[in-house]
Amino acid sequence: MDQKQLRVYEDQCVQEHAPACTATCPLHVDVRGFCAAIAEGDFNSAVKIYKKTVPFPGIISSLCDQPCIAACLRKEIGGSIAIRSLEKSILNFGGTTEPPRAFPAKPRNIAVIGAGISGLTAAHDLAKKGYRVTIFEKESEPGGILRNVSNQILNKEIIRQDLSILAVYKVEMLLSTEINFFRYNPEEKLFYVNEKPFHAVYTGIGATGKISSPILLEKNQLNVDPSTGMTEMEGVFAGGSLVYDFPISHPETGFSLSHSLIQSMADGRKNALSIDRYLQNVSLTASRVNEGSYQTRLYTNLKYYPPLSMKKPQNPDGVFNAEEALQEAKRCIQCECMECVKECVYLREYGSYPKRYVREIYNNLSIVSGTRVKNRMINSCSLCGLCAEICPENLDMGEVCLGARQTMVEQKRMPPSAHDFALTDLRFSNSEHFSLYKHQPGTDASSLLFFPGCQLCASAPDYVEKLYKLLIDQNKHQGKKGVGLALGCCGAPAEWAGQTQLFEETQQKFRTEYQAMGSPMLLVACSTCLQMFRKNYPEINIQSLWVYLNEMALKLPDLSASGISISIHDPCTTRHENEIHASVRSLLDKLGVLVEELPLARNMTECCGYGGLMWLANRSLSEKVVARRINQNKYDFLTYCAMCHDFFAKSGKPTYHLLDFLFQPDSLEKRKTTKPAGYSFRRENRARLKSKLLSTLWGGTMKEPEPYQKIQITMSDQVRELLEERMILDEDVQKVIFNAESKNNKFFNAKNGNFLAYYCPTTVTFWVEYQPQGGKYHVVNAYCHRMTIEEEVQE
Amino acid sequence: MSQYVKPEDVENWLCHRCQVPLVIRPARIEYMGNAFPVELPRCPKCGLVFIPEYLALGKMSEVEQALEDK
Repeated sequence: MDQKQLRVYEDQCVQEHAPACTATCPLHVDVRGFCAAIAEGDFNSAVKIYKKTVPFPGIISSLCDQPCIAACLRKEIGGSIAIRSLEKSILNFGGTTEPPRAFPAKPRNIAVIGAGISGLTAAHDLAKKGYRVTIFEKESEPGGILRNVSNQILNKEIIRQDLSILAVYKVEMLLSTEINFFRYNPEEKLFYVNEKPFHAVYTGIGATGKISSPILLEKNQLNVDPSTGMTEMEGVFAGGSLVYDFPISHPETGFSLSHSLIQSMADGRKNALSIDRYLQNVSLTASRVNEGSYQTRLYTNLKYYPPLSMKKPQNPDGVFNAEEALQEAKRCIQCECMECVKECVYLREYGSYPKRYVREIYNNLSIVSGTRVKNRMINSCSLCGLCAEICPENLDMGEVCLGARQTMVEQKRMPPSAHDFALTDLRFSNSEHFSLYKHQPGTDASSLLFFPGCQLCASAPDYVEKLYKLLIDQNKHQGKKGVGLALGCCGAPAEWAGQTQLFEETQQKFRTEYQAMGSPMLLVACSTCLQMFRKNYPEINIQSLWVYLNEMALKLPDLSASGISISIHDPCTTRHENEIHASVRSLLDKLGVLVEELPLARNMTECCGYGGLMWLANRSLSEKVVARRINQNKYDFLTYCAMCHDFFAKSGKPTYHLLDFLFQPDSLEKRKTTKPAGYSFRRENRARLKSKLLSTLWGGTMKEPEPYQKIQITMSDQVRELLEERMILDEDVQKVIFNAESKNNKFFNAKNGNFLAYYCPTTVTFWVEYQPQGGKYHVVNAYCHRMTIEEEVQE
Repeated sequence: MSQYVKPEDVENWLCHRCQVPLVIRPARIEYMGNAFPVELPRCPKCGLVFIPEYLALGKMSEVEQALEDK
């Protein structure tokens, strides 16, 4: 991930975008923020939030025309939040605050002509930045159109209080002052207004004032750049109702203004920013995005919020008391996206959201020296793609995490322990112990090549045998070409681990074998294999077993009398395989099984905790994923992926494999609660399957077993569980004991008679405590570590 | 040099080949190119190193994790 890619990913996550109220408000008042504070009863924080953006809060909370209200997402579910009323209650109950301190004084003078709302705002902002500001106003009072507002609607005292901040910022207010002299001196680069020198001029000449003064402008036409407010005359800026004309009415008071106050404030603020940039001699236009009212990209799903209307205030003039304000603020739904986080256990686990995660991952990859604290997070994603499906902008955290893993491998910074077990398993599956490519016995060509996948062979080798027989029987009349069989691993663990090179080698090995078989149609049982082949071998003629079985004229058992109702867990790798989803449901329909769909099914399905090797990198998280999934409803599960099945069955959820219905219809009760095979048996099941098929179908034999394989071991169920948890295989134990016994490299416990020995076959050192018992070895404990013991043992 | 194993923890164990009790002696363990001198129970004659379960699953596992994320 380079910086450019980082930006693209970050941009896709809309969580940090402003809520609609704030984006629509020309001043971008943080309505969501002050609602949250009020809802907590914290009016003091609310007032700080409000005053942070609004220069004259008393005026705006009385007369704002509230463009935010129309944008409020509560509108359709109970009515928009009464935002201006809440602003009033903020001022009523929020206590007084000290105005923020002005910046250090800058030796620049700015003239503001006209004390209307835009001019007052520009004066406020510029004076706060440290400029010396002088306001010229021909009337005897400031406020522009506010002067015409009756005392009943806006108390003059409120105006006086709001404008008192200008004195704090040392704004010079020249009232009853006509402009009778205006000249620009290009040599000094100074404007002279009534003989006083200024570096820049803002003209916000109110609703009634037209720029007609020939003193101010030589021509009657004043062209203004709408994005910056600068006029054709460099250093002279214009805004307020001078350039806008929005008649605004206030239905509740019957009062109307010729233009929007909040718009005028925003205009004054925009011009103040332009003047500041102009005086600092920097670009007036650079990075000025989302100034003024705009449409937000923030997505908020309203399905989580039931309708709720505003409670009418008790006070007949409509003013909230504190409790009423609190209740109204609680109606604010606190707009945010978080769609993916709500549905993904992994994204929730780290307490944030994708925009932050992407940055954290980028930073993690950029660390030169120091601890890469996000390694585990990167390796914990199941890569299932649900987030991309949910995200309004389709951001795929799986893509981000997979890319990061590939980078870590390239940088040689992938923690060796993260995926070792699965990669060793992959190598085993593609070794002589399991790998097999054969045409159907008695044929020398295949019209179909069955690829059951390594995990089905590990979980249910008997089903693989039955399937192969079924496919051969069904294919009887297809001419001379038969059904071939291919045993091996598609390479998914390497892909998930970011091991691009190993993945390519695995796929290449497959291609070579597949082409040698005559490139027949490949029939895959495992949706992960299907996904891997589709993605990396797009020209392959491939079909899912489930689609194929559904299309066959199979004689299926009738289970309708048994009244079985199940929920289908679609494997996450079938996410975009609509045909598989439909075929599985069609098969179940033919079987007479009732289906109760899960809330997340088909293209919205989620991972079982195995995908992306999450279970290896972060076992406790994988357990949380399983726990959430199996508690989504009360029905027994059905799935058609060996790993999904085993992950649910292991955690005690009654779960069928689709093949149970086909091949074991008479013992379904037993099947759905059968505990899956452990790691050692999974490997042994594959090796035995190959050996059995080889001898029964092709008259072949497996190679002689290695000497260590002759070591016979026994253990209690408790020790078996311990080994399973520590991911120590019987094969590892056999190697340790074989080495200890043949070289007499072992410790002896004089108290209990146990032996203890270690051996490091490749990267992990295994320790086994055992007792010889009549030619066998009884294992009492085993543990392992990855650090190596360097000191050579003196022989 | 760090010592994580107390002699009494291994007092029942003998090196089977040399038939002698173990003693705490310097040894070296290594991971991802980082070598650590540590005091571990060893056979005083042949030098065979003993790593108890609590050390493998405790401190050693911690150090492994830390080094993997370096």
